[in-house]
Amino acid sequence: MKQSIIQWFRFASPQSFYPLAGRMIPWFWAAAAAFGIAGLWISFFVAPTDAQQGEGYRIIFVHVPASWMSMFIYLVMAFWAGLGLALNTRLSGMMAQSLAPTGALMAALSLWTGALWGKPMWGAWWVWDARLTSELILFFLYLGFMALQAAIDDPRRADKAGAILALVGVVNIPIIYFSVKWWNTLHQGSTINLTKAPSMAQTMLWGMLLMALCFWMYSIAVALTRVRAIILERERHTEWVKHALE
Amino acid sequence: MNAFLATVRRDLLLALRRKSEVLTAVFFFVIVTSLFPLGIGPEPVLLKKIAPGILWVAALLATLLGLPRLFSADHVDGTLEQMALSPSPLGLLVAGKILAHWLLCGLPLVLLAPVLGLQFDLDASTLGILTLALFLGTPLLSLIGAIGAALTLGVRGGGVLLALLVLPLYIPALIFGAGAVEAHIAGLDAGGHLSLLAAMLAVAAFFAPWATTAALRIALE
Amino acid sequence: MHWNSVGEFFAMGGYALYVWGSFGACALLMVAEPFLAKRRLSEVRKSLIRERLADELETQQRTP
Repeated sequence: MKQSIIQWFRFASPQSFYPLAGRMIPWFWAAAAAFGIAGLWISFFVAPTDAQQGEGYRIIFVHVPASWMSMFIYLVMAFWAGLGLALNTRLSGMMAQSLAPTGALMAALSLWTGALWGKPMWGAWWVWDARLTSELILFFLYLGFMALQAAIDDPRRADKAGAILALVGVVNIPIIYFSVKWWNTLHQGSTINLTKAPSMAQTMLWGMLLMALCFWMYSIAVALTRVRAIILERERHTEWVKHALE
Repeated sequence: MNAFLATVRRDLLLALRRKSEVLTAVFFFVIVTSLFPLGIGPEPVLLKKIAPGILWVAALLATLLGLPRLFSADHVDGTLEQMALSPSPLGLLVAGKILAHWLLCGLPLVLLAPVLGLQFDLDASTLGILTLALFLGTPLLSLIGAIGAALTLGVRGGGVLLALLVLPLYIPALIFGAGAVEAHIAGLDAGGHLSLLAAMLAVAAFFAPWATTAALRIALE
Repeated sequence: MHWNSVGEFFAMGGYALYVWGSFGACALLMVAEPFLAKRRLSEVRKSLIRERLADELETQQRTP
């Protein structure tokens, strides 16, 4: 029992994680492709036309997964950053650093697809809907995290400072969402509830779930690729890196 | 308690020796508030409507101006390290510095706001709500801002980076602070907004010094 | 399956710009991002190999 726990903790070192990540990445790409093909099939060929929104509603098959991932990645990023702060591990900080750009990308896609959904449905490219506004703020939080880490030269200090920022951000996200929702309902006259998706047919739900899984597998694959680069960059003066590229 | 009060007194003394720094933030508040009518037009109905938002955004920006200086002077001459090593808890000293920051940067805004509100044709009771909202909100801004100031201590691009980090976190304060005044103008009760603002202040008063201290220790390593 | 023709599929009932604009942006970014990540990885590997070759050359020159 003890032996197997030690076996798992072995992968907490950058040296052991580097090859492990390399082996895992193709599997995640395969999973992303499988879920993606199934999801897109349902999105375009199985899910019926919506009574109110016509074919335009199909945007939810990318908008919702992107939004979910943007929030989920932030939580995972904050988790790894916090773990790195608490246990003083290097790899956790590297993982958080590698997740941030992917999370920011998901937030940006969520905003872009949200705007493209809003224009035909509600007549405006941008609406100050509670969720879109919160998503915009989440995007700013990602940018702040990335900017802070980029500005600090010492990688360990960057890890720790980023961790505090990410944790403060995580605590603030529900507060921000709640306050924006409040603000949105107060000004209801001039804003529209963009999130009123068509009443979910089973197929629509399946399509969304499969696309969400596809985005999830994709995010893991990209983050693992990026973390390998970060590991090599930050550990370049160690013996194992010098010999790893034989 | 002594260490806390001593820190407040020290920061106030130091700042009052260089009054210009404090006054710049105040003048900034006045100028920015005047810019909006100049940019938007003098129509009284419109100005009355946007006044709470403008005054609050100007207060946010004016607070941001004073934040980089919260820790940098002490960091540069080594006092901050001495504070970290002292027997008094660093959190207490940090709380003292934040209070001093509010007294120097936030409180003047609270006192000036009613005067500026007159530029926007706000009536007396609205000005009262505005002052109360800013009185609750500006300490909150100082507390949250201190976390950002500690995180960006000595970092390149400090001031702008600080703004990028801290402004998203300021948004709830802005929403409820300006919302309180807007609610009052609309004839509704501002109590809900003000209570939420007070609740956020209470939570921040507890957590922000702690997060700030953690960030300072990281910066001092 | 309810598309009567390929043309209908691409037209998306009039919403073509919005639907394909969304899916297109996703496809574009989700191809660009992994490409950039892989490129970052290969750049660092190349630079590490160059460093090692330089070190080897240096030691060779010292002890011919």
